[in-house]
Amino acid sequence: MTLAAEINETSPEKLLAPVLSAFWDEEKPWTLETYRRHEGYEGLRKALAMSPDDLIAYVKDSGLRGRGGAGFPTGMKWQFIPQGDGKPHYLVVNADESEPGTCKDIPLLFANPHSLIEGIVIACYAIRSSHAFIYLRGEVVPVLRRLHEAVREAYEAGFLGENILGSGLNLELTVHAGAGAYICGEETALLDSLEGRRGQPRLRPPFPAVAGLYACPTVVNNVESIASVPAILNKGKDWFKSMGSEKSPGFTLYSLSGHVASPGQYEAPLGITLRQLLDMSGGMRPGHRLKFWTPGGSSTPMFTDEHLDVPLDYEGVGAAGSMLGTKALQCFDETTCVVRAVTRWTEFYAHESCGKCTPCREGTYWLVQLLRDIEAGKGQMSDLDKLNDIADNINGKSFCALGDGAASPIFSSLKYFREEYEQHITGKGCPFDPAKSTLWADKHAEVNA
Amino acid sequence: MTTSQEGVSLGMPQLPAPDYPADVRARLEADAKEVIARYPDSRSALLPLLHLVQSEEGHVTRTGMQFCADVLGLTTAEVTAVATFYTMYRRKPSGDYQVGVCTNTLCAVMGGDAIFEDLKSYLGVGNNETTEDGKVTLEHIECNAACDYAPVVMVNWEFFDNQTPDSARQLVDDLRAGREVQPTRGAKLCTFKETARILAGFPDQREGAVDESGGAGPASLIGLRLAKGEVAPARVVHPRGEALRDERPAEHLSSHDAPQDTSASDPAHPAGPTAEEGE
Repeated sequence: MTLAAEINETSPEKLLAPVLSAFWDEEKPWTLETYRRHEGYEGLRKALAMSPDDLIAYVKDSGLRGRGGAGFPTGMKWQFIPQGDGKPHYLVVNADESEPGTCKDIPLLFANPHSLIEGIVIACYAIRSSHAFIYLRGEVVPVLRRLHEAVREAYEAGFLGENILGSGLNLELTVHAGAGAYICGEETALLDSLEGRRGQPRLRPPFPAVAGLYACPTVVNNVESIASVPAILNKGKDWFKSMGSEKSPGFTLYSLSGHVASPGQYEAPLGITLRQLLDMSGGMRPGHRLKFWTPGGSSTPMFTDEHLDVPLDYEGVGAAGSMLGTKALQCFDETTCVVRAVTRWTEFYAHESCGKCTPCREGTYWLVQLLRDIEAGKGQMSDLDKLNDIADNINGKSFCALGDGAASPIFSSLKYFREEYEQHITGKGCPFDPAKSTLWADKHAEVNA
Repeated sequence: MTTSQEGVSLGMPQLPAPDYPADVRARLEADAKEVIARYPDSRSALLPLLHLVQSEEGHVTRTGMQFCADVLGLTTAEVTAVATFYTMYRRKPSGDYQVGVCTNTLCAVMGGDAIFEDLKSYLGVGNNETTEDGKVTLEHIECNAACDYAPVVMVNWEFFDNQTPDSARQLVDDLRAGREVQPTRGAKLCTFKETARILAGFPDQREGAVDESGGAGPASLIGLRLAKGEVAPARVVHPRGEALRDERPAEHLSSHDAPQDTSASDPAHPAGPTAEEGE
């Protein structure tokens, strides 16, 4: 069903830029055949025609930044790998997508796994690695199945294995399924896990670029970062830089979820706003308004309807007091209790805390106790300052970023919704009806209307 | 029970775990060799090997851990430390189908809490408990990277999107009755043990399993369809898409032409068919 809608500056045709998602609607988008029909593995040919150092410089010049949360320039990560050191080098792709709200890498790998494999071959050529790993979270068997198949196809077609496309490059690719631990999304915990240990973060320095997997120089990149590389090579860095802003160039996947009319994946140049995304997609669910949202998963400080026009790029979101994170735009409407939401996230952090450092292990435990009491109407006013105080003792004082992430929803919700916490305390209970927040809440109302 | 003179029971140290029968061990050793060969350092094979022993017995037993320790040259303490760290390794016998309801914030708010509570009473089991027939183990899970399909239920780690208490009841009824169940995204269900084998790195050998359920669910395609100037089906069919018709009537078919609410197909799959647009 195609509409002859007028294309103007605010139309989705102008605002969106499907690249990685461009052919997900084809019959079998995950196959090598479909991928090659869409210029798949052409970026690799161009990359192999360059010297590895030129290739690193090219990716650096493109301005591609990490899509896993921190936004570190991808080319720079590659450049940090010491060359001529006589040690094996490794590329490890972080496909442990577990940050609450984040749901981009899983659909990407389900529909288009070859974009990642091509990116891996290019990256390994650049950093002189002959063995790469995809660390996929274990809880997504449909994706694992397609990755197994895509890797098999790539070996068969000569894009992996010995002497790839006659370049002399040899590359082995291992798909590794995790076993259920959020902390393994932290890159050094991921490396410990991949070495067959408990997933606990490592002290840095040394950084993975110097002593990573098996104490060898290692690049750890997010799925979407690596999958974006082939298009940059194939269509050119200037094309890439024509999208987004100077400091945040390119396209990316925004994942809209929650109480919106049309949750889903929206691939757009960096810097689009939530207002633009909601305007084109039908807004919040009918009859409701936006109350709070996260720009990049639960670990990024929440926003409210004041922030609808914040450009969703690294600088824009940072300037507004949060982080772009994984671009997981979880939107909650006015039926949602913020105390309930934060309590649940905090329970998650307490459950997933690896136990290595005291501030995070103990702090998240006590936050949960306080929050459960407040939600149940058994809290005291002094608990609110105590929450802030404990969060402050976790934030920046933990071993890794999991602790900082746990503090984010506490700080930001107290900043914007302190009154709602107070209501739970003075009213001795939660004033919200959880039934009104559900997916099916308004369905019955519509029938009755 | 042993009691010392002081009345303090120190207990007997646990005896070493019994070994697998010789034929099982030989089969698993061949598999283990294949897994270990994928890594420059054998210890990296520990996580997949724990999935492998789980595929043999349905949970990680002391025998399984002893086996991993033997083939990797580790102590059982080292293996136990790892096996108890990760939530996907079960430590007690469980059902053929693991039904995991996401109760992380977004899914919980969208209805995951209601689904989980309803299933607990409907099945008469608590979190991480198994129905008497040994078919279904119920548990609540953390965010499974499918928030645009909330609320999400996973069965043996295949996706069942946009669930309701009713659809979830139907799902567990079907599983217990042995009726075939099709995930919204993923392949026809296999047992938990068979799933564990895929996780150990042995590709699903079933004909067509890779192809099942299409390339992408409707929510994954919504941005693409908007960018191509197509109407995303979810905006018309889905009850939550109604506002759009009201707000921009000029771009849309008249409302009485649009598919009605009931056309969101059967209750087990409220998200509707995943293949649209003449696929």
